Amino acid sequence: MNGGEHVVAEWLRGDGPSADVVMSSRVRLARNFAGVPFVNRATRAQREQVLSMAQDAIVGAAGSRGGVRWIDLCAASPLERTVLVERHLISKQHAKGEEPRAVAVSAPDERLAVMVNEEDHLRLQVMRSGLDLSDAFAQIDAADSAIEHRAEYAYSPRFGYLTACPTNVGTGIRVSVMLHLPGLKLSGEIDKVKRAAQSMSLAVRGFYGEGSEALGDLFQISNQTTLGKSEKDILAEFELSIIPKVIEYERVERRKLLEKRRPFFEDQVFRALGLLRHARLLKSDEAMQLLSHVRMGVTAGVITDVDVKTVSRLLLLTQPGHLQQIAQREMDQPQRRVERAALVRRCLA
Amino acid sequence: MKRKCDRCDREATVTEVLIKHGKKVERHLCEQCAAGEGIAVQSHVNVGDLLTNFIVQQSGAGEQKAAKGVTCSGCGTSFADFKQRGLLGCPECYASMEPQLGPLIERAHEGATHHVGKTPRRSGAAPDTRHRIAALRKQLQDAIDAEQYERAAALRDELRSAEAPAPAPSDDAAPRTRRPIGGDPQ
Repeated sequence: MNGGEHVVAEWLRGDGPSADVVMSSRVRLARNFAGVPFVNRATRAQREQVLSMAQDAIVGAAGSRGGVRWIDLCAASPLERTVLVERHLISKQHAKGEEPRAVAVSAPDERLAVMVNEEDHLRLQVMRSGLDLSDAFAQIDAADSAIEHRAEYAYSPRFGYLTACPTNVGTGIRVSVMLHLPGLKLSGEIDKVKRAAQSMSLAVRGFYGEGSEALGDLFQISNQTTLGKSEKDILAEFELSIIPKVIEYERVERRKLLEKRRPFFEDQVFRALGLLRHARLLKSDEAMQLLSHVRMGVTAGVITDVDVKTVSRLLLLTQPGHLQQIAQREMDQPQRRVERAALVRRCLA
Repeated sequence: MKRKCDRCDREATVTEVLIKHGKKVERHLCEQCAAGEGIAVQSHVNVGDLLTNFIVQQSGAGEQKAAKGVTCSGCGTSFADFKQRGLLGCPECYASMEPQLGPLIERAHEGATHHVGKTPRRSGAAPDTRHRIAALRKQLQDAIDAEQYERAAALRDELRSAEAPAPAPSDDAAPRTRRPIGGDPQ
């Protein structure tokens, strides 16, 4: 885990196609080994067996390409787990609990991560900065096939890949795109997008997935149904139809703000920048919201002395786990606020 | 026009729709009365939870018909366990409880009944072309209806290749090596 603070997580690099609106693209596959009970029903011995099967298959699949970090979560400290959650490499649920479980992460790029013994035996994910689902899918598909070469998956010709929850059965695929939508938020049009997405059986979630608030105007849109549509079709629907519409909608709202309410737009972004450059105490949510506005100002070309990469880096580094990792000590909330403000001032100086 | 709550004068913001004896019964309540009736009103409803709850609730109707206490021959999970927890116990559950699960899965996946897409090479199962073609045709029609021509063109090409005769199966499948699973570790 050491040194992780100097590396920007793949999904926060701030570049890639349509990076002005799309933060990152993610594809996830749920897989289970044949002949072993699902995690919720597995004995400790069976969970350990899944771990060893997964480790053999994943490390074997990486082969000469190497570069897989295997992290035993039972051995990881609470801080290390928090950092993994903040980097979106494991879910909050996976960070909790004491049962045998792990995560394998491709190093150093962290593009591929495989949670072992979460709700399913394997949850593979690949992330990319910007809108790049095809590329993300190509990588996850290859990784999945390489694992399948070494272990047998639970599969039925009718239901496809079998998963603990029947809402994931079939392809087991979850495609999600993290969008930065401050324009739609400021104009109040965001609710229309949410309703439209929900009417198409898509989920709209916050920054940290299920049940989380949309901090920093960041929203994740993902598919809900996994049966009856091929992976390619689901991806095409996202990449060619759904996401481009949302991107255009957001761009229109930002343009409108800039053209018709320029003083308001400038006030929003420069006020945020001013606060970030001078605040002495910063709450986590507040920092995210301000960084969101600064990001909008930077991508609109209104703020010219800060780059997107710095903003992206700060979105990650101001999270509680990362802050403590950088400081190399545990800190309570008031201490973190001081430290967060200091870090932001240094980076935006 | 704002609708009044069925039970008081406040504005009705919650609509409860029940299917009783095959008939739709609607009730309109304000948030307070709805809460009093034990109807949870969440401002941020999670779609995943909704789906799971939906499955679990829907399963109530079919249950009378279904043999009570169906259990999985593989792990002993009963249909009642599944209803309560929303999770199945093992891959075998799908086959053991197929009559009960089938309709629920169909509802959760917008009417889909069969898998379309990737198949494990070693399963030896050829993807079911009929279902794939039917699914593609439906998507193509949807795309045309929605005037998504770029997508429609991509779907049309895919449909053509799906309808073309399948190439001879390759025999480069990896040799199967099965590990004993489910037992105690050494």
